[in-house]
Amino acid sequence: MSISLQEIAFYVVGACIALCSILAVTTGRILRAATYLLFVLFGTGAIYGILGYTFLGAVQLMVYAGGIVVLYVFSILLTRSDKDMKYRQNRAKLISVLATVIVGAVLVLFLTLSNGFVLNTIPQGVELPMETVGHALIGTDKYEFILPFEVVSVLLLACMVGALLIARKEKNN
Amino acid sequence: MEIHVIHYLIISTVMMFCGIYGFFTRRNLLALLISVELMLNATNINFAVFNRYLFPDQLEGHFFSLFGIAIAAAETAVAIAIIINVYRNVKQVLTDDITDLKG
Repeated sequence: MSISLQEIAFYVVGACIALCSILAVTTGRILRAATYLLFVLFGTGAIYGILGYTFLGAVQLMVYAGGIVVLYVFSILLTRSDKDMKYRQNRAKLISVLATVIVGAVLVLFLTLSNGFVLNTIPQGVELPMETVGHALIGTDKYEFILPFEVVSVLLLACMVGALLIARKEKNN
Repeated sequence: MEIHVIHYLIISTVMMFCGIYGFFTRRNLLALLISVELMLNATNINFAVFNRYLFPDQLEGHFFSLFGIAIAAAETAVAIAIIINVYRNVKQVLTDDITDLKG
């Protein structure tokens, strides 16, 4: 039983994702939380790459790690937040939150583990060709996605205009 | 040797419930938004993994993740604009201080 390089990469990335996502919600400083979120997003991009969806991984890196995290960091620096985010929690609330999270996680893990997924023999390490992605994205047949593509572009335009409108500085009359 | 599909699902479950925990416990609006991003990422991973392992000939999950990423970007832009505006009016970004809409 030999361990391939891909498996080693997957388990290292998985451990990194789990650790960083736990740290991102428990750390006291918000800038550190954003940094851990950046590592989680990098790991997610790597997982898409391991799955063979390299285009999706590239989109993840560009949009999330390149765009959203920068937006977060700028808005963190623009707003004044406390040095320490460890606020005093209501004990009953904390217990109920922990119970919800743990019971939910155990339930979901039980459902996935007892589902009995068969290990399909997918071609590991074979990436989805860019040509297929392009044809499916700009095609009008069944299982091709020209309409959602255009709708998303209109949505992005609308949200850009809306964000500018909301964040605009009011003129003092 | 292959990586079993369950291992991907365990990772995404851990990420999802970290997001839920953060969403319940955080009070800073930006930290809440970070937790929401964690949850969105977990669902995107699930879409891609189910697509790759269960229906490797089709591409629906792949494109659903792609559009999910685009919509997450849109949501983040609008949310951060709202947070900046709230900060400009209230000078705070904690959920306890934003009570104007409570009536």
